[in-house]
Amino acid sequence: MKITLDWLKRHLETEATLDEIVACLNRIGLEVEGVEDRAAELAPFTVGYVVKAEQHPNADRLRVCIVETGSGEVQVVCGAPNARTGMKGVFAPSGTHVPGTGLDLKESEIRGVASRGMLCSEREMGLSDEHDGIIDLPEDTPVGASFAAISGLDDPIIEIGLTPDRGDCFSVRGIARDLAAAGMGTLKSLDTSPVPGTCKSPIDIELRFDEATRDACPAFIGRYFKGLTNGASPAWMQQKLKAVGLRPISALVDITNWLTMDLGRPAHIYDADKVKGTIGARIAEAGETFDALNDKSYETDDAMTVIFDDSGMLGLGGVVGGESTGADENTVNGFMEIALFDPIRTAATGRKLELVTDARQRFERGIDNAFAPEGMEMATRLVLELCGGEPSEVVTAGTVPTEQKTMSVRPSRILELGGIAIDKARAESILGDLGFGVSDAGDDLWSVTVPTWRHDMGCEADVIEEVLRINGFDEVPMVSLPREAPVARPVLSIRQKRVRWSRRTLASRGLNEAVTYSFVSSNHARMFGGGNQGLTLVNPISSDMDMMRPSVLPGLLEAVARNQARGMADFGLFEIGPAYASTEPEGQTTTVTGMRVGRSGARHWSQKERAVDVFDAKADAMAVLEAIGAPVENLQTTTDAPDWFHPGRSGVLRLGPKSLAVFGELHPQVVSALDASGPVAAFEIALESVPEPKSRAIARARLDVSPYQAVRRDFAFVVDSDVPAEKLLRAAKGADRALIREVSLFDVFEGERLGVGRKSIAIGVTIQPVKATLTDEELEALSDKVVAAVAKQTGGELRG
Amino acid sequence: MQDQINTIRDDVLAQVEGVSDLKSLDDIRVAALGKKGQITGLMKQLGGLDPDQRREVGQELNRVKDAVQAAIDARKSDLERAELNRRLEVERVDVSLPPRPEMQGSVHPVSQVMDEIVAIFCEMGFSVAEGPDIEGDWLNFGALNIPDEHPARQEHDTFYLPAQSDDEARPVLRTHTSPVQVRHMLSSQPPIRIIAPGRTYRSDSDMTHTPMFHQVEGLVIDETTHMGHLKGCLRDFVEAFFQVDNVPMRFRPSYFPFTAPSMEIDIGCSFRDGELKIGEGDDWLEILGSGMVHPNVLRNGGIDPDKYQGFAFGMGIDRVAMLKYGIPDLRSFFDSDLRWLRHYGFRALDVPTLYGGLAR
Repeated sequence: MKITLDWLKRHLETEATLDEIVACLNRIGLEVEGVEDRAAELAPFTVGYVVKAEQHPNADRLRVCIVETGSGEVQVVCGAPNARTGMKGVFAPSGTHVPGTGLDLKESEIRGVASRGMLCSEREMGLSDEHDGIIDLPEDTPVGASFAAISGLDDPIIEIGLTPDRGDCFSVRGIARDLAAAGMGTLKSLDTSPVPGTCKSPIDIELRFDEATRDACPAFIGRYFKGLTNGASPAWMQQKLKAVGLRPISALVDITNWLTMDLGRPAHIYDADKVKGTIGARIAEAGETFDALNDKSYETDDAMTVIFDDSGMLGLGGVVGGESTGADENTVNGFMEIALFDPIRTAATGRKLELVTDARQRFERGIDNAFAPEGMEMATRLVLELCGGEPSEVVTAGTVPTEQKTMSVRPSRILELGGIAIDKARAESILGDLGFGVSDAGDDLWSVTVPTWRHDMGCEADVIEEVLRINGFDEVPMVSLPREAPVARPVLSIRQKRVRWSRRTLASRGLNEAVTYSFVSSNHARMFGGGNQGLTLVNPISSDMDMMRPSVLPGLLEAVARNQARGMADFGLFEIGPAYASTEPEGQTTTVTGMRVGRSGARHWSQKERAVDVFDAKADAMAVLEAIGAPVENLQTTTDAPDWFHPGRSGVLRLGPKSLAVFGELHPQVVSALDASGPVAAFEIALESVPEPKSRAIARARLDVSPYQAVRRDFAFVVDSDVPAEKLLRAAKGADRALIREVSLFDVFEGERLGVGRKSIAIGVTIQPVKATLTDEELEALSDKVVAAVAKQTGGELRG
Repeated sequence: MQDQINTIRDDVLAQVEGVSDLKSLDDIRVAALGKKGQITGLMKQLGGLDPDQRREVGQELNRVKDAVQAAIDARKSDLERAELNRRLEVERVDVSLPPRPEMQGSVHPVSQVMDEIVAIFCEMGFSVAEGPDIEGDWLNFGALNIPDEHPARQEHDTFYLPAQSDDEARPVLRTHTSPVQVRHMLSSQPPIRIIAPGRTYRSDSDMTHTPMFHQVEGLVIDETTHMGHLKGCLRDFVEAFFQVDNVPMRFRPSYFPFTAPSMEIDIGCSFRDGELKIGEGDDWLEILGSGMVHPNVLRNGGIDPDKYQGFAFGMGIDRVAMLKYGIPDLRSFFDSDLRWLRHYGFRALDVPTLYGGLAR
């Protein structure tokens, strides 16, 4: 909300400067979001008297004016039609920055006549769009005076971002009270004494609620005024209302806005002659409609609170008044409403109708209910002062709640919770300044009565906070947390470490880590096994992001497509993040996902280009599994990867029946559906499915190094084409677990001379003697075992 | 015979001197010292000499043989060196050619900054807790003392998923990492020191907001931790994280339903010529919200508020990453633009440590 410094000083007796007040507001939790000090910008603009305005010798539409500025006469060439001898206007000397045009004023010759300044229009001053002529000031305006000062524009505007708990500060009064408590001055008293009525109100009030809805409007106070003159409100009021963003309308309406801004006490004024019979409040029926004061029409539902008269609905209680009974310049008799509306219903109504009004903002945060009668007296004084007329007696329906909440608070909690010793008397005085009543109720116990404008005091800590806040959070001495251990203990879980190992492994393998949104389009989700309606967002930000992703793949593939569209060709991306199978916590898994596209490396003079393929993905997946401590030696590859992979170029890495990773080239249809270009070699590891190591031993197993030289024997086998190489390798390795250390595959080919449906696989077997060097006979026997094992398990024959 | 020996020696040595390739040199060796070589032939004739002569000529022959052998070896070594030099000359390449390219991977700034944050708080005895992104209404709001009518619960802020049944509240995408506080309290007993980094979601998308962002939650609960500790802990964090001593800090009272007292924390900075400097100047930047845990939240976490107290904080990870590393646009964090990832990303081996520093 906005306040002005001058307005603030109507409530706060203070010598403090603007800067001091701004700093204090921030210190006590009333965050200053901006200060607009127009006096500085408008400083060069002063009141000038046009001594003489004559026709320009060389231009029909221009006049040459001699302007008395208060410090000498200046010649100005002016094009305004209303420039005339004897007028007073706003003068700016050469060199002035003109806010409305953004230009600096220069000394110039206009059609051969020197011009040393300017007479300004409102638009040139940045005040409005008015540009039909220059500003025409009243005759009695003192020459040489600061324009900002005489027009009230020198009043700095402070914009405050209120937290939702501080409804009490949604008024100049409330802010002044907090500042006074914080030592910025003295809060002035208000004259709320009753103004006697001179007649009975001809309009009655009725609250038409049942027990269940009575709290929608617990009290409604009204007062009838007769013989009013509803002209424009005075300049001081208009200037301030404009400064905080309100458009002056008429004295009566401005008074209600003034009460809202000044005291946080919304009010409404009816043209009493337009009201039919009794005014009241009730719960709306669904489908009632009315024309509101903001020139829009609204329709009710059956949870809203409406104001009615005998003719029907007049307005929405606590939100907005109606056009039909609004006060205007012809209003002679008025009826002032000061009512209490339930915060929750008011908020719901405003939200449903997407209608933010000053009244709603205050009611939904909670106003000072007990202040309603006093608010009516203050409204009455303003009406009588600005519009004349006579007030009726006050009419009241319902009961204004006046009781104050009482809380038990231990003063010792200031030190215990706040970490600062504040003198008890000082604490009591802070609370007193804020309107709390404090009395001793025992050893280390206060009985605290909460002022009726504070709805944010729910527990003892809230009251302690008030003392700490006004005393200053900055005053609390900083204390480092005591150390629990002389040397910090490691804290990451095995899973958290695996996330980090995976990340740095993939980055070291040349992939760039991305972070993509957890939601993707439901179309894309379905292409990757998603589509669970329970994971569709009720209120997505767009249809591109309407479903929780079943996998990181679609989002990453979209990222690939975006990069390809930017001309990137050969790269790899990875992401470590959540995938969602259900809304349950167990439905969320951490996946490590990566993909490479384009060529295996950038084009280079020394090597042949190669498109990325399934084995790039497999290598990435296995590198991650190895890095996170999965038993990669025992993994088996199956060919049942999901549909979104290329059916012949994808696989699943399994530990027994359990799938740890899928890898392969993505299905070309999926790739093109997401506007990417293939091939795309991708993998996905479900981190939680990788078993954690059984042993947490830090020491390594002992290394046994054989003193005997290892021997390598190569074999080439011919097998049926559909025999997986992995099976052959496993057979060879299993031929003698004691002596065979490693089996590597170094050649695969198919060819006519092998026969149709046959392929050759060449392997190197590394034999590590353990007890003694092997004799030729022993090596021969071992080779026979390898050949036999391969033959038995794969049907493979040694190639001649 | 002596003359013959001398002639052969001079002849062979001359040949060795004149030879220019290894093959010819070997031919010379064979012709002189081979089985049928001249010197070998003379050796064979020694048997026909009388013993005195045999000894004398034999010694002479051996000397000549050694000299020839030495000359051949020396020449061979020269020729081999020359040949190697020739080969090396042929192998010369343009070493200014670029080497074979390797792809340069990178770690996302969010991950890196999370690691930095973990390193600092680990040092202060915090462990790392986690919770799911899809939360129940109660854990995201109710347990955190956020009443039903609080503006944060309205649809314009929170992403909802369909309710499982009519009488159940709709699950939400957590709007903050604070539900992890409650989860952790429910599953453990004080003393508690945790941080909880993770993804958070709000239905907001403009220049400075993305519908997903990252937060780190902090929670300390024991019998004595007070606001002074909150301030001290966060000062210690800020100075370690930004690697600036004596960062000016401002503790502004604020409001969060789950803390009392509540505060927002600003750090001093300057904006000059479009460049942000932390720790100096007259401007302030808000970096986190915090406060003393509200008794209702402790109670909802199964912890007795009459015995225990402590503080909590929530900080935007993306935001502090932007501040620390001068990254201008939040939206770019989630765009996966390779140029951005490579420019603002970190090398795989840049693991942040306190001993090595928390920035490269």
